[in-house]
Amino acid sequence: MTIAFSQQLIDGLASLMLLVSFALLAQHRMLSVLHWFAGQGVLLSITAAVVAYSSGHEELYISAAMTLLLKGFLLPWLLWRVIRQLHVHREVEPMMNMALTMLMALGITLFAFHVIQPIELISDLATRNTMSIATACVLLAMLMMMTRKKAITQVVGFLAVENSLFFAAIGATNGMPLVVEIGIAFDVLIAALIFGVFFFEIRNTFDSMEVDAMNASLVHKDDET
Amino acid sequence: MNMFIATLLSPLIGGVLLGLIRNPELAAKLNILTGMTTFVFSILLSMQVVGHDAVDAMGGWFHLDAYNVFLVALTAFVGMTTTIFSRPYMQHELENGRVNTNRMRLYHSMYQLFQFGMLLGFTTNNIGVLWVSLELATLATVLLVSLYRTPASIAAAWKYFILCGMGIALALFGTVLVFYASSAVIGHGNEALTWTILMEHASDLDATVMSIAFCFLMVGYGTKVGLAPMHAWLPDAHGEGPTPVSAVLSGLLLNLALYALVRCKMLVDGATETDMAGHIMMGFGLFSLAVAALSLHKQRDIKRMFSFSSVEHMALMTFAFGIGTPLATFAALLHMTVHSLVKSAIFFTVGHAAQAMGTQKMAEIRGLIRHHPGIGWGLLIGVAAIAGFPPFGVFISEFLVFSAALQSYPWTVVPLLLGLLVAMAGLFRFVQPMVYGETAPHARHVHVNMTPVYIHLTLALLLGLSIPTFLADWYHEAATLITMATVTGGGA
Repeated sequence: MTIAFSQQLIDGLASLMLLVSFALLAQHRMLSVLHWFAGQGVLLSITAAVVAYSSGHEELYISAAMTLLLKGFLLPWLLWRVIRQLHVHREVEPMMNMALTMLMALGITLFAFHVIQPIELISDLATRNTMSIATACVLLAMLMMMTRKKAITQVVGFLAVENSLFFAAIGATNGMPLVVEIGIAFDVLIAALIFGVFFFEIRNTFDSMEVDAMNASLVHKDDET
Repeated sequence: MNMFIATLLSPLIGGVLLGLIRNPELAAKLNILTGMTTFVFSILLSMQVVGHDAVDAMGGWFHLDAYNVFLVALTAFVGMTTTIFSRPYMQHELENGRVNTNRMRLYHSMYQLFQFGMLLGFTTNNIGVLWVSLELATLATVLLVSLYRTPASIAAAWKYFILCGMGIALALFGTVLVFYASSAVIGHGNEALTWTILMEHASDLDATVMSIAFCFLMVGYGTKVGLAPMHAWLPDAHGEGPTPVSAVLSGLLLNLALYALVRCKMLVDGATETDMAGHIMMGFGLFSLAVAALSLHKQRDIKRMFSFSSVEHMALMTFAFGIGTPLATFAALLHMTVHSLVKSAIFFTVGHAAQAMGTQKMAEIRGLIRHHPGIGWGLLIGVAAIAGFPPFGVFISEFLVFSAALQSYPWTVVPLLLGLLVAMAGLFRFVQPMVYGETAPHARHVHVNMTPVYIHLTLALLLGLSIPTFLADWYHEAATLITMATVTGGGA
């Protein structure tokens, strides 16, 4: 594989990544959100493998394998099991105006490119284009966390932020040092397990997975005299 | 550096062991023992480090200098006294059925793991690992905040989890950007995230990338420091969790986040050679101070009220670190110490008061001094100390912050003074009726242990009357270390 070809491949993967971020934002069926999320994980691990091959950083292969296992299979599977057990896998999530959300997403993407441009002018790294896209993906995943009303989709948004950050790290810098990578993966796994426990607690306590129902118990606290 | 390994391992081993012990009484004792062991090791460690140059431990993975070893000792100390306080407190919660023995096991184990995360974060030499350990400490406290499993505590823990998760994801992005800048200079590898090596090359790092990185780091770690407008998680997490957890959140975890922010600021200052980072920190500091002072007046829950006081003081420290002169940094470090001591003492007292009155609503807490003089006086003196009355240490550190502000940015003294006065008025407005007057009829007798409170307040008093020479030298050394980066642009 020549540098130019692998570069094109990485650029292609980056645009796919952006596409998946938009798709995640637009899904309103619980199950399809999970499918796209798993797809994002697999895409990430492919990117990591390609970057590992083209840059010769062998420790990135370990990251790629870890990502495939954790983000491509384990986390989506855990989430899938949870929603099956909670009987919400067929639920459809009401969303705010789709056209408006998409317009905001478009604006965010433009903004990300605008902010990252000054960096690219002075960068000589081969994989520089990916930085703008990664920034856009981080912000899009945050938009997803903000526009969603259900605890589970918020968590998928949170994990998508984590995915985009990982994408930024491999795309722009050929991956963070392995120790840090493993530490982050460990934290994400623990976080996902805690989230899982929380889903059941939320369901038992509030009889619903809506975040608004939870916040009501806190708002009420402020108002009582 | 055997002392160092012992300091770090003590809470880790303690945490694992406590996860296995089912008997709550035994676990509480072991918890205290672990706290004490950690503290003794941390003191031995500081005696080794202070007065010498910075020390690298374990092949450069850890770095100890005057700045962080002082925070290690402070963390271990407050961590120890909190274990002493938590024994009767959690015993009472257990008897009242708010927790069961399994939850107690979780509580003790997570408490020590939280300590481990804190100490790892302070001592690591790698800014990536610093992020990982801050996340670790956050995850441990999420479980602690939700310990009671009431609707409000679960909602609070969820909010804490999501908001801080998002916040420190931004900080991770900032760290990725730093790595992006540094791997171009230092090369791809662990060295490019190693703080000491980064400092040596700070002036070579690309200024634009580092500026953008700082914005992400500021918002990210700022969320964890509790700066407005990202502070929404803080009052809920403090209000709904067990009181020992509120005490360590306010007294310790916020410090770690601010520590991370200051470490990053040192790097960014070296790269940009401007005051940009400092100005941003000052802006956030002033804004948060105003928000906290005003929000404090609207509170009805005693723990939420004091959590806004924590926002106020963290804002003041952020502001002082932002000024960046040696005097301001000295003041910020001193303030960090006295705030940790006094605020955790206040939370200890508040915990006992809430148990004695059976409620956290301030309107229903009345006549503490008549009911139990220890709690009443403890609360009154604690609040006087935190409000900045002489002769307590907070007065000295706030006075120094003001002097530093007058030297560099005189106009900032007006909003600072206004913010502190409004906050002080808020504190006394609520505390007076709670302390004086007739005891509320629903008050009941509880077993209290006020010793940790008195120890903390005495230390804060001593720091106000005269700072011991060795401690002053220590602060001075740390302040020089931090500001040297700002002035010379790296190369410590």
